[in-house]
Amino acid sequence: MIRRRVKRAGSGDGFELRISAEERDLLRSVGPQLREVLVRDAAGAQQGEDSAVARLFPVAYPDDEDRQTEYRLLVHDELLSSHLGALAVLEETADAERLDEDQLLAWMRALNDVRLVLGTRLGVTEEGDERPSSPRDPRTSAFAVYDYLTYLQGEIIDALSG
Amino acid sequence: MTAVPAEVKEPEIDDVAVADRPWIVIVWNDPINLMSYVTFVFQKLFGYSLEKATKLMLDVHEKGRAVVSSGPREKAELDVFRLHEHGLWATMEHDS
Repeated sequence: MIRRRVKRAGSGDGFELRISAEERDLLRSVGPQLREVLVRDAAGAQQGEDSAVARLFPVAYPDDEDRQTEYRLLVHDELLSSHLGALAVLEETADAERLDEDQLLAWMRALNDVRLVLGTRLGVTEEGDERPSSPRDPRTSAFAVYDYLTYLQGEIIDALSG
Repeated sequence: MTAVPAEVKEPEIDDVAVADRPWIVIVWNDPINLMSYVTFVFQKLFGYSLEKATKLMLDVHEKGRAVVSSGPREKAELDVFRLHEHGLWATMEHDS
């Protein structure tokens, strides 16, 4: 049986993280990539120009351009800070042995944001038939990162729900 | 406390302006968000039971979309915002 990476602590509150140093290096490495996508959008990229950005800042009113413009002006900065805030928690606590519930919720959101960006760029589908068949395919390592993040996010959700 | 009034005047349908119709918040299916994650987010944001959250998640997964909340425009916008914070693909429209 695979050892659980995230477990509700037996004593008191909080969650134990049993993640290897290698995995923690990987978690640290995804931060700058996500921040670059978030900040590029803040720098004024046109919406819809990058489908990964569109997943982090979705359209609320697809059939009403005026209301959508108004909505975007109203919430965009707050949504950006929210995404960046979750990412900052992941980066600050990447070496932690234990997290409180709010920190684990931030990990959950930041990992999901990374999965949204990576998954969109890899063209992930529900069927999974986009997978490269050759290990020499340059996308193989990106799929491995995506799959690890998916696995870890599943562990976090299980621990939070348990 | 107040009692239920014995008689109420039926509102005229024409009086109900379009702006007063409730807004509905829709979550759309996508290939990336995990089923367990979507269920968890519905429970966390809306306080739904595991049963109700699971049913909504399955509607999203199988039918492509589900109405997850409704109300005045401000409330619907806040719900959409919180869903977007969690990476779910949510939109809002007037209930028809």
